[in-house]
Amino acid sequence: MKILVTVKRVPDPESTLKVNAEGTGFVKDNLKWVVNPFDEIAIEEGLRIKEKVSGTEVVLVSIGDKAAQEQLRTGLAMGADRAVLVLSDAELDPLAVAKVLRKVIETEKPDLVLMGKQAIDDDSNCAGQMLAELLGWPQATFASELKLAADAKSAQVTREVDGGLETLEVPLPAVVTADLRLNEPRYASLPGIMKARKKELKEIPIAELGVDTTPRVKTVKLATPPKRQAGRKVESVQELVRVLHEEAKVI
Amino acid sequence: MGNVLLIAEHSHGKFPKTTLVGLTAAKELASKTGGTCIGLVLGQGVDALAGELAEYGVNVVAVDAAPLAHYVADAYTSAIAEIVAQKGVEVVVGTATAMGKDLLPRVAARLDAGIAPDITGIVDARTFQRPMWAGNLIATIAVESTPRVVSVRSTAFDAAAKGGAKGTVEKASPAVTGTTKFISFNETKSDRPVLTEASIVCSGGRGLKSGENFTTYLEPLCDALGAAMGASRAAVDAGFVPNDLQVGQTGKVVAPTLYVAVGISGAIQHLAGMKDSKVIVAINKDEEAPIFQVADYGLVADLFKAVPELTEEIKKLKHA
Ligand SMILES: Cc1cc2nc3c(=O)[nH]c(=O)nc-3n(C[C@H](O)[C@H](O)[C@H](O)COP(=O)(O)OP(=O)(O)OC[C@H]3O[C@@H](n4cnc5c(N)ncnc54)[C@H](O)[C@@H]3O)c2cc1C
Ligand SMILES: Nc1ncnc2c1ncn2[C@@H]1O[C@H](COP(=O)(O)O)[C@@H](O)[C@H]1O
Repeated sequence: MKILVTVKRVPDPESTLKVNAEGTGFVKDNLKWVVNPFDEIAIEEGLRIKEKVSGTEVVLVSIGDKAAQEQLRTGLAMGADRAVLVLSDAELDPLAVAKVLRKVIETEKPDLVLMGKQAIDDDSNCAGQMLAELLGWPQATFASELKLAADAKSAQVTREVDGGLETLEVPLPAVVTADLRLNEPRYASLPGIMKARKKELKEIPIAELGVDTTPRVKTVKLATPPKRQAGRKVESVQELVRVLHEEAKVI
Repeated sequence: MGNVLLIAEHSHGKFPKTTLVGLTAAKELASKTGGTCIGLVLGQGVDALAGELAEYGVNVVAVDAAPLAHYVADAYTSAIAEIVAQKGVEVVVGTATAMGKDLLPRVAARLDAGIAPDITGIVDARTFQRPMWAGNLIATIAVESTPRVVSVRSTAFDAAAKGGAKGTVEKASPAVTGTTKFISFNETKSDRPVLTEASIVCSGGRGLKSGENFTTYLEPLCDALGAAMGASRAAVDAGFVPNDLQVGQTGKVVAPTLYVAVGISGAIQHLAGMKDSKVIVAINKDEEAPIFQVADYGLVADLFKAVPELTEEIKKLKHA
C-alpha cells in the first residue's frame, strides 16, 4: 500500500517567539526548526505499517520554503521512502494547505494519509479534516491507535475525545490525524541519515499545481498577551488554606 | 444580514456548559451580522433537547435521523451543509470541544469557507482573536469569506442562560451521507465534576510518580474541594490517568476559579491550558519550577507530605 504523511516545518516547541516590529508575524531568525511533533508521530505510524505490511511505500509531503528540505530529510532518515516539497514562500491558511495537498494526492493516489492533529505554531487543528472533506474521504482525527484490517481495505481507529476513547471504522482511503499517544517516534539512526541523502526529494513550485490558494483568512495583527504576574510563596499548608479562604475567598 | 447557526452539541440528553458558551458567542455574532441566531440539534430522539434549546430564546432546527445517532464527521457535515444553504447562514458556530474540533473544519471545507478556530474574542462579524503558539501569541484574524465558520474556546465566554421569548422548533430532514462507522465509546467513568465545567480543578503531574498515588493523594484532595481532576501530559503519557484529563495546549483548556497544580513543572504547553484560571496554587518541591511564575500562591514542599495535610485542613475548614 501507499501511505502519504504530511510534514510541517515549525519552530522547536521550546522556543520563545517574538512578534515582529510590524506586528504581522513572528521573528524567524535564530530559531531552531523541527518537524511538527504531531507529524513525527504520523511518520512513525507510517513506518510501523510499512514494517508490518510488505510492499508499503511511505511518501512525505511538505509545503513550505526550501528550508523545509531539512525536515523532509529528517523523515527520510527515520525511514520514509521519498519526499515531495511543494515550494511556497507565502504562508498558507489551512484550507489552502488542504487544497494543495489534495492536488498532490490526486497524482500520488495513496491508500492512507497520515497527518498531525495540529501544527504547534498556528495551533489550528484544521488541515486534516479539511483535506478529508475535499477528497470526499472519511476522517479519523486525534488517533491513539490505528489497526488496519487484514485486507488493508479499512482501518479501526481509536480516538482521544472528551470523556474517553472512541473507536471508528473507516474504509480506505482515509485521512487519519495523530494524537500524542499514538506512538513514540524513533530517532533517525546514523545509517538512516546516510541513506536519506540519496533518497528522492522532489521539489514542485506551488504555481505548477494550479491550485487557487487565495487566503480565506488573513492575520491582521499578532501580539503578545499580557503576562500573568507571579504571586507569593506561602510557608505552610495552614497558611495556604487561610489565604485561600480569607484573602482569595475561593474555598 | 446573514444568520448565525449554532451547532448545539449534546451528550447524555443534555447540553454541556461548553455548548452554552458557544450559544453566547453565537448570539453575540448574530447581533453583529444583524441576522438571527438559530440552534441546530442533530441526533436521534432529540425532541426534548430541541425544546430545551428553544428556552434559551433561539429558534431551533432539529434533525432526527438514525445515521446521526452517534456523532461522526462526514455524516454530520452533509446534514449541516444542507441546513446552512436552506437557512441563509453567514456564520456557523460551535465550541472547540473534541467534537467541534473534528467537525467544524470539515464543514468549512464543504462550504469552501474560512475558519477561525478556537477563538477567544469577537472583534466584529468577521474579525476574531485567537491564541497561537501555546497561547504565547494572540492573533487577530479576519475571515474574508461568506459563509464562514468559527469555533469558540470554551473558557472565553460565559454560558448562556435560559430566558427571552421561547423560540420555535422546526424539523428538517437533510440528506445524510458518509462512510464512517461508529464502533464504540469507552467512557471514562467518574463521579467528579467534568473538567471543563468545574469551578475548582486539581491537576497532578509527573511528580506524583504513579497512578496509585493519584488515587491515594490527589483524589482525596479533589473530593475535599469538590474539584475536577486534571493532569499534565507527562502524567497521561506515563499512563497514570486517562488521556481526557490532559490540560494544556494539546489537551483541554480550563479556567476555573481555583486551579491547584501538584507536582507539575509548568511547561508552556501546560500553562496554555490553565493560565486564565482566576487563582492558581502550585505545590512543588523545586522552588525554581516555572509554575511558580504564574501561581498566585506557591508552596515549596514535598507533595507526599503537603497534599494529605492540605486535604485534612480543607475538611476541617468545611466542617467548621
Ligand atoms: C507538541 C507538544 C504538546 C504538548 N502538550 C502538552 C499539554 O497539552 N499539556 C501538558 O501538560 N504538557 C504538554 N506537553 C508537555 C510539556 O512540554 C511538559 O513536558 C509536561 O507538561 C511536563 O509535565 P510535568 O510537569 O508533569 O512533568 P515534569 O516537567 O517532569 O515536572 C514534574 C514536577 O514535579 C515536581 N516534583 C517531583 N517530585 C515531587 C514531590 N515529591 N513533591 C513536589 N513536587 C515534586 C518536580 O520538581 C517537577 O517540577 C506538550 C509537549 C509538546 C512537545
Ligand atoms: N505547510 C504544511 N506542509 C505540510 N503539512 C502541513 C502544513 N500545514 C499543515 N500541515 C499538516 O496539517 C496538520 C494540521 O495542521 P494545522 O491545521 O495547521 O494545525 C499538521 O500536523 C501537518 O501534518
